[in-house]
Amino acid sequence: MKEVMALGFISALACAIGASTAGANTAYVSNEKGNTISVVDLEKMETVATVPVGERPRGITLSKDGKLLYICTSDADHIEVLDLETLKVVQVLPSGPDPELFVLSQDGTRLYIANEDNNFVTVLDLAQGVISAEIPVGVEPEGMAISPDDKIMINTSETTNMAHFVDTSTLEITDNVLVDSRPRYAEFTPDGKELWVSAEIGGTVSVIDVATRKIMEKVEFAIQGVRADTIQPVGVKITPDGKTAFVALGPANRVAVVDVASREVQDYLLVGQRVWQLAFTPDAGLLVSTNGESNDVSVIDVENRKVLRSIPVGELPWGVAIR
Amino acid sequence: MRASTVMLGALILAFGLAADAGPASAQDDTADTLQVPIVYLGEQVAEPLPLSLVEPVPTDKGLAGARLGIEDNATTGKFLKHDYTLVERILPGGADLTAVAAELSTAGQTLIVADLAADRLLALADLPDMANAVILNIRAQDDALRASDCRANVFHVIPSRAMKADALGQFLVSRQWMRWVLIHGINPPDQAFAEAIRRTAKRYRAEIVEERAYGFQAGSRRSDTGEQQVREQMIKLTQRLPDYDVLVAADESEVFGEYLPYRTWDPRPVVGTQGLVPTSWHRSQEQWGGTQLQRRFTRAFNRWMLERDYAAWEAVRSIGEAVTRTNSADSVTLRNYIVSDAFELAAFKGKPLSFRKWDQQLRQPILLASPLMLVSVSPQEGFLHQRTPLDSLGYDEPDSTCRLNP
Repeated sequence: MKEVMALGFISALACAIGASTAGANTAYVSNEKGNTISVVDLEKMETVATVPVGERPRGITLSKDGKLLYICTSDADHIEVLDLETLKVVQVLPSGPDPELFVLSQDGTRLYIANEDNNFVTVLDLAQGVISAEIPVGVEPEGMAISPDDKIMINTSETTNMAHFVDTSTLEITDNVLVDSRPRYAEFTPDGKELWVSAEIGGTVSVIDVATRKIMEKVEFAIQGVRADTIQPVGVKITPDGKTAFVALGPANRVAVVDVASREVQDYLLVGQRVWQLAFTPDAGLLVSTNGESNDVSVIDVENRKVLRSIPVGELPWGVAIR
Repeated sequence: MRASTVMLGALILAFGLAADAGPASAQDDTADTLQVPIVYLGEQVAEPLPLSLVEPVPTDKGLAGARLGIEDNATTGKFLKHDYTLVERILPGGADLTAVAAELSTAGQTLIVADLAADRLLALADLPDMANAVILNIRAQDDALRASDCRANVFHVIPSRAMKADALGQFLVSRQWMRWVLIHGINPPDQAFAEAIRRTAKRYRAEIVEERAYGFQAGSRRSDTGEQQVREQMIKLTQRLPDYDVLVAADESEVFGEYLPYRTWDPRPVVGTQGLVPTSWHRSQEQWGGTQLQRRFTRAFNRWMLERDYAAWEAVRSIGEAVTRTNSADSVTLRNYIVSDAFELAAFKGKPLSFRKWDQQLRQPILLASPLMLVSVSPQEGFLHQRTPLDSLGYDEPDSTCRLNP
């Protein structure tokens, strides 16, 4: 079993690398209000297609082979599966009510779905297309993460203000870590030792030691000339080398660049308005941010920490995934 | 009253079950569970009905929000061994508060969400049995309660009239609608809102070009042939006014304000207690995750969440937040935490909410809404403040005569 899992992981990795060396990356962006997915060619730096999907698409993620895009269509109360060759919705999966964000297990067999409306995380078995479990969590579950070894699933609940640690073998909560107000997103470091959790209203990112389940440090942000209460951390992405974290700061219209080792904020990159979610290209050369209020995405050169371009997409861009 | 207690019991039972099924199964030992009773204290008094038949008349206004707040607290509490209960006390009008206070104090129930008018709120707060209580005002908007009549054991969750008038004023000034006509009712709450509007006009250098009082008694909400008569009256009421930009209605008593839009002599927008209204919550507010709260509320209570429901939810959640962070249900510990810099409440307003130290008023953005849509949110751009723009609304520390928590 373990071998199969590892094999699957390696082949997925190979695929990902294959895709990146093939040249042009494509970003997929969910437009919450537009009810569409924008297809953005990152070589041409333009939106090349707009695909209508179900109501209120928010969280999106790619299948491990990169051929499918899973979409939380929140107001349609299900997951839609978009075939990326044909750009057609080929399957509709159950999700429980109001799916907002989800995470794919490392072996690609399960989707863990945050049901924002009913305080559950739903576990969807992708092979069977059925819900295999429901895990009661805090009020307004949102952020979802999976540890690199696939053993720990994380859910953050926005009104309960916790990161819930779930054992993926028993599907039970083992620990609850209280963080600052309105936790939106959780991200493991690539070595699986740290969990970074953003708190939108608290204005911080808590760095949790995965071994002890204790907060080691809180990253705080301050930008000259920007009101503190507009600094609202949401999306967090950490480079595959584990050295640099990028944090989307919401209505502060900036992405913070944080040195993972020292927790020091090294830079603030000005992007579009109300920046929420982030995604790297498979080689982590580029980072794309969704800017909800300006209806565009910003493309960031990761190494040089420069914003290269903003590209118009649909109405209220929310999630982003890149292959 | 009895029925609602039963319902709450069912609710708690449901949570107990959910907790058993899930993560709290390891916590079967109830001995070290922290009990947090929160009292909802209301009084049966007549309230003006909305003038429009379209507006529903809920009988659980405020209470429903507190029930939802308890539910939210309980979901969080099950992970921390904190057990929240809502003690619902709806008193007959004019009940003996001294006896009630003694009872609550003896029962150790000193975390109180107060759905009381200003005079009753003060009477309660001043009883010796309430000296160490945390009383959260969700109803009385009177500015005096935040000034000459402020009390250390009272927190104001509902915005003051001054905050609302400023929120509206900032919007009008930002649109450069500087010439206002003020038409107010004759009851004390109408006069109080009118007074708040006068203060705002002075603050923002807007001009009230004329004031008129209107003493009409509405009577029944229903009428078969009333539409023409009402229109004629409103036209007369608004005739021969000097040139103005906007008509400000001050009619908290709900006797004529709703009749003003489209029936004025001059074509002018109506704002204030009707028309475009400043409020801390509105059915159309779905920003900053507001949709979730609206949905949870609507699903549970089958109606829209109203401002007092939202205030009650904020009050219960404020206590919940303080209990979560301090791991205590002691009213003095909670009080100290709530007024500290550490306290912040996430309440679907896009900013952390906190209490002003000097008068214990909850600072929060104020929505400006037309009947079916959110129009704007104050503070408006450019209304700055050295502490937070939220303190541009209402009585700021230097203007306030209250000096709690120095």
